[in-house]
Amino acid sequence: MKIGVLGFQGGIYEHVNMLKRLFSEEKYSGEVLLVRRERELNKVDGIILPGGESTTIGIIMDKMGLTSELRDKIRDGLPVLGVCAGAVLMAKKVVDKIVGEKEQDTLSVMDIGVIRNYFGRQVESFEVDLHIPEIDEKAFRGVFIRAPVFEILNDNVEILAKLGKVNVAALQNSMIAVAFHPELTNDYRIHLLFLKMVKR
Amino acid sequence: MERPLKFSCDRYYSVSFEDIVDFFYRLAELADRLREEGRFFEYFPRKPGDRLDIPVKATVRVKHGFPIFQKGGVCMDVTNVEQAYIAEEAGAVSVMVLDKLPYDVRKTGGVARMADPKIIENVMNSITIPVMAKVRIGHYTEAMILERLGVDMIDESEVLTPADEVRHINKWLFKVPFVNGARDLGEALRRISEGASMIRTKGEAGTGNVSEAVKHMRKIMGGIKKIRNMDMEDRIRRAREMGISSELLDLTIRIGRLPVVNFAAGGIATPADAALMMWLGADGVFVGSGIFKSSDPLERAKAIVLATSMWSDPDVVLEAQKMISESKSMVGIDIKSLKPEEMLQSRGV
Repeated sequence: MKIGVLGFQGGIYEHVNMLKRLFSEEKYSGEVLLVRRERELNKVDGIILPGGESTTIGIIMDKMGLTSELRDKIRDGLPVLGVCAGAVLMAKKVVDKIVGEKEQDTLSVMDIGVIRNYFGRQVESFEVDLHIPEIDEKAFRGVFIRAPVFEILNDNVEILAKLGKVNVAALQNSMIAVAFHPELTNDYRIHLLFLKMVKR
Repeated sequence: MERPLKFSCDRYYSVSFEDIVDFFYRLAELADRLREEGRFFEYFPRKPGDRLDIPVKATVRVKHGFPIFQKGGVCMDVTNVEQAYIAEEAGAVSVMVLDKLPYDVRKTGGVARMADPKIIENVMNSITIPVMAKVRIGHYTEAMILERLGVDMIDESEVLTPADEVRHINKWLFKVPFVNGARDLGEALRRISEGASMIRTKGEAGTGNVSEAVKHMRKIMGGIKKIRNMDMEDRIRRAREMGISSELLDLTIRIGRLPVVNFAAGGIATPADAALMMWLGADGVFVGSGIFKSSDPLERAKAIVLATSMWSDPDVVLEAQKMISESKSMVGIDIKSLKPEEMLQSRGV
């Protein structure tokens, strides 16, 4: 099984680290590779879109001519895990909490709307325990860094986790979007959920 | 080019982010116990509980985590909202708001201070990417003002006139993460001990000359390699000379890089400069005067963003370099023409 991590900008190697540990501890025979070109994209069975600045990643991805290829692949069913900025890239609708409507090109593959920087600026960033029934009963530490939240645009989007009234993790077909950063913890259960999806 | 590119191309490090964060809490544990007994000045982070039913802000994890998402990107110096819009459009991962660009700080002379909070606020309300701002070294009150204002990161910077000639801010006391400049491994690890969440090379700001940034990045990365081969007793001696705990030095050697995000800064003016710094091991770059002191800021900013992200691919770096024209680069200053008192990098060691 080959898992790609979109390798333009952001917390890329933290996912690589987590996947490598997951492969060895759960006895998966797998490989992690960075995806920056179409030839690399064609090799992977699933892809992680890491956190970073969604505007930056979007611009470079466009410049490298990867946007439409990646969009087609995901629409054809390539499993994808989008984290924070990665989830912003997947969304069909994007607004910013303070600045409001802003023109931003995304992959536009998942029926979610995101509100960027929903909780405020970096000084408002936080960690908290979440409950994700889809995984198991044990709490999952959610690390929220200038995090977005999701609104659901279609009935077949399943909410994986909520924080108070807002949605912070969602699932649709073979796409997972999370607003927090599992790669900043030692808890790989969300990555494991993703791997199981890739395996199917 | 093949061999050295392969050598530092992989930024993978084998210790997880959480384990690195936990290290800082463990260092603080003894101090914590003493503090509970009321015997210790607060100079370390406080560990949140193992179960968090209500959100906790400003933990080491969220402070050290913020710069993780700046990696592979470019932070651009701006002095007003118009420049901030250009930076955002070009694909910057953040902007640094200043009163004057470093080049102008040099020209004007006098005391350089924190930027006007009104301008910083205007920038914060106009763009979606993070906003950073600089404070003078050791100036607690400027830092408190910026924290209240809500900037995303504070640069305790030698580009401004130091407020304290010998001390830096105790950055563990703040909710907002800090970035500090460093010229070698000792400076970098001292700043991390003081609570910096991110390090950048000092270089020589406002010169458009990358040579000092190269020197500093080589010294940081080379310093790690050198100490790696030392006997334990020599390592302990080196830690003492640097003025840091030997545990922090051991962690650095174990992961083969600084335990926080490490950017390049000071004199970067072209896409090739940015790619060079990435090749030397930087996680990303700060560009100060290089963009808005050139005569092609938007194109140059776009080109530097591309070269920083794709630095390991010579074809793309070439394409980025073609996007700008050398005749439009800032003229720059030869470091050798600067008098020792004109060097900004020797402020705050």
